[in-house]
Amino acid sequence: MALRTKAHDMGMHTEQLSGRTQQRFFTPSEEENFTYPEAFDVDFNKRAELDCGPLSPRDVNLKIRDLMSKGYGTIVLKNPGAKHSIAVGILNKLNLHIEGSLGYFGCGLIDGPNIRIKGRVGWSCAENMLAGTIIIEKNAGSTFGAALRGGDLVCMGDVGARMGIDMKGGTIIVGGRCGAFCGFMMQRGRMVILGDAGKNLGDSMYDGTIYVGGKIEGLGVDAVPGEMNDLDVSWLTRKLKMYGLETPKGVKNMQKIVAGKQLWNYDNLEPTEKKLIL
Amino acid sequence: MAKATKKPVMKVVKGAKAASPKKEDVDKYLKGKGLDSSREKEIGQHIGYRYDVNLVPDYSRLTPFLKRYMEVMGWDDLNWLEDVHMGYEEGRAAVFDRNVNGWVTIPAGMKLPDNQQDRDMIARELLIKFQMSRKHPMVDLNKAYRKF
Repeated sequence: MALRTKAHDMGMHTEQLSGRTQQRFFTPSEEENFTYPEAFDVDFNKRAELDCGPLSPRDVNLKIRDLMSKGYGTIVLKNPGAKHSIAVGILNKLNLHIEGSLGYFGCGLIDGPNIRIKGRVGWSCAENMLAGTIIIEKNAGSTFGAALRGGDLVCMGDVGARMGIDMKGGTIIVGGRCGAFCGFMMQRGRMVILGDAGKNLGDSMYDGTIYVGGKIEGLGVDAVPGEMNDLDVSWLTRKLKMYGLETPKGVKNMQKIVAGKQLWNYDNLEPTEKKLIL
Repeated sequence: MAKATKKPVMKVVKGAKAASPKKEDVDKYLKGKGLDSSREKEIGQHIGYRYDVNLVPDYSRLTPFLKRYMEVMGWDDLNWLEDVHMGYEEGRAAVFDRNVNGWVTIPAGMKLPDNQQDRDMIARELLIKFQMSRKHPMVDLNKAYRKF
């Protein structure tokens, strides 16, 4: 209730979101911040360990936040015990090492941290991720990277169905195989599958690119083969090298899948856009 | 919903050309109003979502600021900024800010390079500077709505 009053006081509820132009007085040469204004100032060399065994997921997340507020830039989570919703909502630069497996919705809604998970992850890992890197050393469940907005999400093993569903940006890299309907309704970003891809790959995709190193069991509606170019090859080579991955037949022989753009229609969105002028 | 369709798998063309797939005038949207389609003419606005967002960044064109940003964040590449491109809005160059869900036009009078890759790097740098600024609209929203 108190929050609602505060928001009213600030005039948020009288805001017209449709097509309004705002002016903000901002000089790019005067601003050289690299992190969000509310982010904690952490030092990667300051390290802390946390035993998650006796803690609830909420307590683990609060403890991570508390450690960041004290300047810890490297945090090690021990005994995560496949708990759900661990390491969510981190809007900060951070090195996070998870020594075990995660349950559902691990590492969701993050913006900035570099996370390495030694075990497996359950459904919907990194859902709505905005920025940062996540590396999973084993396998991942379904809806991996659902609605991903940005950052690099890497699974060294196999991934379940509907990976990158509704993806709006970022990069997903899979070292092994993936299930059916991966890239369903994909709108932006890149997906790299080094092994085989399941049925209906890229079904109803609006935009974005999918690279596949193995066999494709079937393409979905409006997913069509694309043409590799030099920038694709150099980008893939550099990206895979970063994570120590290789594709068996070589990057140049990967298949590129793009949207046929027969389904998309953004026209009706345009009048509701907000515009800002610096 | 959608049916599975069998389509031929593409063959890689040897010596494929580097990406700038369409040889369009880089200033096309700055010189004109950008009202190409019938829908754009009908609503009197350029629809800014239709650029080639699949153009991957050319890392030889990084700006010093972006290199420093990558170092600070501990990333080996542009990370989320790979999806940021310079667009054009009402005859001015603009960058889409996901946090306000709208186009941010770049300062008037800024001289733009003659190729899209360099323009994209400028867009990325400006977006970082704006999003990390205390003058960003999200700072007000944060104060109003954050729960803990």
